[in-house]
Amino acid sequence: MAVLDTKDMEVVYEHPKALIDINTHYCPGCTHGVAHRLIAEVLDEMGLIKKTIGVASVGCSAFAYSYFNFDFVGAAHGRAPAMATGIKRVRPDRFVFTYQGDGDMMSIGTGEIVAAAGRGENITVIFLNNANFGMTGGQMAPTTLPGMKTSSTPGGRDVEQMGFPLRASELLASQDGASYIVRRSLHDPKNIRMAKKAIRLAFETQVRGLGFSMVELLSTCPTNWRLTPARATQWLEEKMLPYYPLGDLKVNPAISELKI
Amino acid sequence: MAKELWEGNQAFAEAAVRAGLKAYFGYPITPQTEALEYMSARMPELGRTFLQAESELAAINMVYGAACAGVRAMTSTSSPGTSLMMEGFSYIAGTEVPMVLVDVMRAGPGLGNIAPAQADYNQIVHGGGHGDYHPIVLAPASIQETVDTVYGIFDTVEKYKAIGIVLIDGSIGQMMEAVEMPPMLEVRKTYPDWAVKGGFGSDRRVLTSIHFNPADEEQANLRRMREWHVIEKNETRFKEYYMDGAKMAVVGFGLAGRIALSAVRAARSEGLPVGLLRPISLSPFPYKAIRKIAQQVDNILVVEMNSGMMLEDVLKEAKTLANVEFYGRMGGMMPFPDEILSEIKRILRSTKHSDAHPRDQWLKRMESMV
Repeated sequence: MAVLDTKDMEVVYEHPKALIDINTHYCPGCTHGVAHRLIAEVLDEMGLIKKTIGVASVGCSAFAYSYFNFDFVGAAHGRAPAMATGIKRVRPDRFVFTYQGDGDMMSIGTGEIVAAAGRGENITVIFLNNANFGMTGGQMAPTTLPGMKTSSTPGGRDVEQMGFPLRASELLASQDGASYIVRRSLHDPKNIRMAKKAIRLAFETQVRGLGFSMVELLSTCPTNWRLTPARATQWLEEKMLPYYPLGDLKVNPAISELKI
Repeated sequence: MAKELWEGNQAFAEAAVRAGLKAYFGYPITPQTEALEYMSARMPELGRTFLQAESELAAINMVYGAACAGVRAMTSTSSPGTSLMMEGFSYIAGTEVPMVLVDVMRAGPGLGNIAPAQADYNQIVHGGGHGDYHPIVLAPASIQETVDTVYGIFDTVEKYKAIGIVLIDGSIGQMMEAVEMPPMLEVRKTYPDWAVKGGFGSDRRVLTSIHFNPADEEQANLRRMREWHVIEKNETRFKEYYMDGAKMAVVGFGLAGRIALSAVRAARSEGLPVGLLRPISLSPFPYKAIRKIAQQVDNILVVEMNSGMMLEDVLKEAKTLANVEFYGRMGGMMPFPDEILSEIKRILRSTKHSDAHPRDQWLKRMESMV
């Protein structure tokens, strides 16, 4: 086999330094890996890897600290925004973000996330919404779509009994303390690129001291959705986008003027 | 430094400030709120961190975050708030980071009322969050002792990376006494090696309570239990009063112990051979000291502002060595010294001891009293 001589070649794409080069435990087709990669690329690009503290939550991403190559703490279920607040308030010079799923953030953790947004806490939240509790095996989350079958709504989510899904971005964008709230999706390359830009702008929000920022990432959960990875991305596009419209819910004017 | 008149809640807050506290997170709850209010002005004045959290759950998790960052961090609350913080204690114990709580106890269960009680004993000393861990629990009996205890406990918890809880009741929190404040310490400017600080690659720190492999969790629990043995050896504290020649001992912690001391003094003035043992560290509990007095005296009277929670710990050591009896008030009622004195006299008079559990005997007596 011929050995490629890379001596005079420019590296245009490489493994992010912020990400450890190992396999993850995430299921095939799950978008956690994509989200991890985007965060890592943005931290690399912004030169933040030597001042970042991540806060993992409870759910499939409880082990996120195994993959990121910088300081991490693990929070109790739903409490990541409070823990991040504790860190950021005593180390305001550090970059602090939480990584939370919809079961964590919008079920048990609504108090903490709403309060953090209201305070304008200068942290960033990466919020993965895959419409179910992934780690415990696919139970209904507050974000589960009406009629959607889960292991705890075997007949589909009955809104008469279980109410309607919560829309996190809309809720948090209505708070004065929130500076940058957007919803993106990870179901195709174009949207993944847009998600990366949103993560960049959310991180820029914190670096500029502008207060609370969150990127909601619509994500797939092929295993619990009982779909192949390809069908899962289609399902996300067809079923989740109408209920969770993509877009900028709130953008601080100082951020909307940024040219990245 | 001259003595000044301080309210208990404000006094322990100032003591923590002087111990070099970097961050206070709290939530209003009676009878502890003056500490939160005091911190809201005092901490920012010194350029330190104060934040009123949205709940006790959030407050303890903010402390968790700040503790992981390696700074001196604390919260204070009262019994219902302590119940909510139990989740946080378990995670903090599992992560092995130091923190301090002052629990200003009120009556329960449930909302109960805002009057003083000691009924958090079980949840603080024996219970609390899930899993195998022990907090260090100290129960001072005056405002001066509370100040000194809070001032010193930060060093202790940092030495063992443990949770330190100062357990007082609402009356110590709310009353005023003359206090000599300790000298002011600056906030530490360096961070411990284990703290998260934005490390990358080989300098990376991960602080979590997860040990997903059961064998690793068992190792972590074994390490904590070994550390607890060291704490038991080094940190057990108690105080004895009038135990020379005593034939009877009263055992009480915190304010109940202080009230009992008045009764013991009165008994001594009448020539009765009574002493007092006041456990200061409730965890680790002074079992050896209990055994020693049980060997010395014929009768032990345990006095608490609960239904006999510490009584069980006393019985473990004393029940085969001495006659153990109990007197308690609950629900925010406090025992008066003369109530305890009449119990002392009743016990010294009686020639025959019942085999019934001390709590059952007490309940029977209480029925005719209240």
